[in-house]
Amino acid sequence: MYGFEAMTFNIHGGYLEAIVRGHRAGLLTAADYNNLCQCETLDDIKMHLSATEYGPYLQNEPSPLHTTTIVEKCTLKLVDEYKHMLCQATEPLSTFLEYITYGHMIDNVVLIVTGTLHERDVQELLEKCHPLGMFDSIATLAVAQNMRELYRLVLVDTPLAPYFSECITSEDLDDMNIEIMRNTLYKAYLEDFYKFCQKLGGATAEIMSDLLAFEADRRAVNITINSIGTELTRDDRRKLYSNFGLLYPYGHEELAVCEDIDQVRAAMEKYPPYQSIFSRLSYGESQMLDKAFYEEEVKRLCLAFEQQFHYGVFFAYMRLREQEIRNLMWISECVAQNQKSRVHDSVVFIF
Amino acid sequence: MERIEKLIDNLPPMDLMRSEKMTLVQLIIPVESAHRAISYLGELGLLQFRDLNSERSPFQRTFVNQVKRCGEMSRKLRFFKDQISKAGLLSSVHPVVEPDLELEELEIQLAEHEHELIEMNSNSEKLRVTYNELLEFKLVLQKACGFLLPSSNHAVAEERELTENIYSNDDYVETASLLEQETRPADQSGLRFISGIICKSKALRFERMLFRATRGNMLFNQAPAGEEIMDPLSAEMVEKTVFVVHFSGEQARTKILKICEAFGANCYPVPDDISKQRQITREVSSHLSELETTLDAGIRHRNKALTSIGYHLTQWTSMVRREKAVYDTLNMLNFDVTKKCLVGEGWCPIFAKAQIQEALQRATFDSSSQVGIIFHVMDAVESPPTYFRTNHFTNAYQEIVDAYGVARYQEANPAVYTVVTFPFLFAVMFGDWGHGICLLLGALKLGSFMEMLFGGRYVLLLMSLFSIYCGLIYNEFFSVPFHIFGGSAYKCRDVTCSDAKSAGLIKFRDPYPFGVDPSWRGSRSELPFLNSLKMKMSILLGVAQMNLGIILSYFNARFFRSSLDIRYQFVPQMIFLNSLFGYLSLLIIIKWCTGSQADLYHVMIYMFLSPTDDLGENELFWGQRPLQIVLLLLALVAVPWMLFPKPFILKKLHSERFQGRTYGLLGSSEFDLDVEPDSARDHHEEFNFSEVFVHQMIHSIEFVLGAVSNTASYLRLWALSLAHSELSTVFYEKVLLLAWGYDNIVIRLIGLAVFAFATAFILLMMETLSAFLHALRLHWVEFQNKFYHGDGYKFKPFSFALITDDDD
Repeated sequence: MYGFEAMTFNIHGGYLEAIVRGHRAGLLTAADYNNLCQCETLDDIKMHLSATEYGPYLQNEPSPLHTTTIVEKCTLKLVDEYKHMLCQATEPLSTFLEYITYGHMIDNVVLIVTGTLHERDVQELLEKCHPLGMFDSIATLAVAQNMRELYRLVLVDTPLAPYFSECITSEDLDDMNIEIMRNTLYKAYLEDFYKFCQKLGGATAEIMSDLLAFEADRRAVNITINSIGTELTRDDRRKLYSNFGLLYPYGHEELAVCEDIDQVRAAMEKYPPYQSIFSRLSYGESQMLDKAFYEEEVKRLCLAFEQQFHYGVFFAYMRLREQEIRNLMWISECVAQNQKSRVHDSVVFIF
Repeated sequence: MERIEKLIDNLPPMDLMRSEKMTLVQLIIPVESAHRAISYLGELGLLQFRDLNSERSPFQRTFVNQVKRCGEMSRKLRFFKDQISKAGLLSSVHPVVEPDLELEELEIQLAEHEHELIEMNSNSEKLRVTYNELLEFKLVLQKACGFLLPSSNHAVAEERELTENIYSNDDYVETASLLEQETRPADQSGLRFISGIICKSKALRFERMLFRATRGNMLFNQAPAGEEIMDPLSAEMVEKTVFVVHFSGEQARTKILKICEAFGANCYPVPDDISKQRQITREVSSHLSELETTLDAGIRHRNKALTSIGYHLTQWTSMVRREKAVYDTLNMLNFDVTKKCLVGEGWCPIFAKAQIQEALQRATFDSSSQVGIIFHVMDAVESPPTYFRTNHFTNAYQEIVDAYGVARYQEANPAVYTVVTFPFLFAVMFGDWGHGICLLLGALKLGSFMEMLFGGRYVLLLMSLFSIYCGLIYNEFFSVPFHIFGGSAYKCRDVTCSDAKSAGLIKFRDPYPFGVDPSWRGSRSELPFLNSLKMKMSILLGVAQMNLGIILSYFNARFFRSSLDIRYQFVPQMIFLNSLFGYLSLLIIIKWCTGSQADLYHVMIYMFLSPTDDLGENELFWGQRPLQIVLLLLALVAVPWMLFPKPFILKKLHSERFQGRTYGLLGSSEFDLDVEPDSARDHHEEFNFSEVFVHQMIHSIEFVLGAVSNTASYLRLWALSLAHSELSTVFYEKVLLLAWGYDNIVIRLIGLAVFAFATAFILLMMETLSAFLHALRLHWVEFQNKFYHGDGYKFKPFSFALITDDDD
């Protein structure tokens, strides 16, 4: 029913769209970031944040603050908002909202599995997990020895189960395997999410396909850059790219054979949307690439709010809040470690 | 004319009519007495400070550390409050009033208390954990024995039949460990078990996970623990389940233990030997009772500490809140380092100057400062805030007006009239003295059951009183007419009264003395009569209220000395409205007085269509035709009158002022008159004639069209009153009387209940709401748009009394 969302969208989605747009209005602005960057201590940051929507979450924290506390409380706010929206949501929005968290779930699985591999304490690992990606039996992941067990014991109950079909092997887990597993899972997840959004149709499909394509392309570039110089074969690398997005399929062919960053650059500059990102980087540089991608992503996410009657706003809001929390973490770290000159290195202004 | 002006000048001043005269003041406070001065001003609550540091972010201000400390202290206080409510203690009803503490002392005290509390909490938490462990152990012992006893008996009985490798038939072969386990005497079969306790909510998933991990080679027994165990983290009682897992093999053991850990299940060893079990149970029980007494003692101690904190909590909280407010205010002042003093600016009402000065002197004296506080009046560029001194009664009405917009500084305040007109217009729509009495009872009982409406209790009171009055005029008591003021003026034509509905009644004596004659009820001409009455009444009320609005605009213009507005706005507006609708009102009154049969629609319509035609039978008085022509011409003249002169005169004045001839005009009255005091300085820069003209055009068109549409809008008084009376008639006749017609108590009761519900919810609640909203609209739109700008801002003094809970 493309073009006719306005007729029926508000029956189920109107309230939540209003809520999410209200939440979006609470995002920190450039003025807030400027003030935050001038802070001398973490207490100053707390004081400034107490005037924003984070206020109630930070007000009961005793005074010697730590960066982790700030990040934890800010994440808690996001999680509370998410849970509230999920409670209110009806199908298919609730499924859509659940899809948003699968990425965190994959990260958490990988975190726990890697952690147990390196003999870390499970409780300690659990504290590091993103609360949005928690599921019931996540602690049991530590029991598994190989992927088959991982799947059979724990993940079969989670929504991630279907994504595992491609990477079930009896091999013992090691760092490389886990990394490949993460990317395979992510690929399957993105493709599934993409398909789901296409099924929803209308403006949601249009906007989400754009956002997810960007995400897939970014992952493809990152996989390429990170796998340069490792023993990952070209075919294996090719298999990790998601089968949609702007780069699919010809860009993937080119990325698969790249041997250094400049080749990646040459491959990417053929695509106008990415040309601008790469043109800002000097040759041979890849550190600033993350930030450039984040900035582009934020720009696209903000654009999602320009249109009404679609679910993309929920995805965009969650992503923007996560970016904001990343910003806060960076600013707090810089303030805490007296590195204020580097404060602007990684902060992505949202408005 | 002069006489009238003199009369107006001599009118006694009304408090509520104009907002208080305000003045901008500057305070220069020496640092040593600053804190005290600000807190005295906070107690006085009559000075609104301006933020002189608005360009600085909160943590760059001077007193940021003190604000932070206050924030920290209020956090501690919240912690205490939280602890007290968690412990189930009520914070004391009679707080101990202590002599004021210094902030530093309080800070130290609070820190001590917090430290003490946290220590006690951690101690009792440790104890609680041990206690929980023991309790769980005890439960496991009790319940697990239930599983183990029969099974072990069973095992003993069948032991001889068991071959050693009976389990080797299974696909899960662990021969080596099986053999190893045989060294343990207790489980010759290689069957081992782990017992423990787990949250009930997790038990099912736990079992499933165990099943998967061991590929089904396990036996899971569970039993509810029976007792609830307190979760030390959230302090909630949790239901738990005791479980015993039988399994075989070392690898399975590690797996199961890991799963137990992952699920937060606590495992406790249960000895197989029954006598040993009993012994351990005894030991655990005795430990438990010891711990219980220690725990109780700890809790008692903690509660005592909390109660003693509770005595002071209210005082401390308000003190910290005040301190924070004082420092927040101090942060608004400019800090002059060289002169060692703080400079503040603020608004205060002129009447409060003496009080403020007195408070400042007191502050200087009390802080034994060498230098006094300098307090002087400054010239203001921006418009002062609006401050009305209200009391409990007028406050609600002022709120009704402020909800539309806060009055511009010193402009006429519609709240004065709203006090009476609002409830009255409400009552015109809600006229029924039965419902009015219900409303009155509600208003009198209000404080007890509806907190939210409490602020508007006087509005409700007047609304109900006026409803009773209007109800008496309409003669409706739950839609039933009563003969309160004597008998009806009408009687039947004959004794049988058979043709009362068709031929009607005859009048045999003087009219019914007050309100509507009860005989109209149920007659054929009831509706035409009441409609005509209410419609005309609505128009009269509307025209009167709109005239009042325009007259108020005259008072405003006089007050701000703008003769331009009087001549080119007030006068033509008055003429326009009254030549059309004032004339209509006159006709209505004449018709009522003379009992004429003239058709007023016809008169009004043909006044426009063919003013020169003869009125014929519709003539109400001599000379009506020429009067109509004159009025029509006046109305036609009034339109360009209010449209054109004002912008052109403004333009002329402006060009004169800025062509070097200003001093020639200084003395003339015109120059000062059009200048509004507040916006004077902003107007200097530009004068955009087209903008002013368009603005005037909009105003004029709005007024001319508004005169018609607003008058029509007042007909809502009639419409709502009709709806109300018809609705209550329906409920009375079609529900109550219908049910009463049956000779059955059940039906009667049901009818009564339905009637009561309909009256309470539809007539008393929804109709009240709708009449309220319509009265609100008539005031906001039809009345206030004639004169009210409503673009001021409220006076918000720095006052301790106004600091509320949600402030921090």
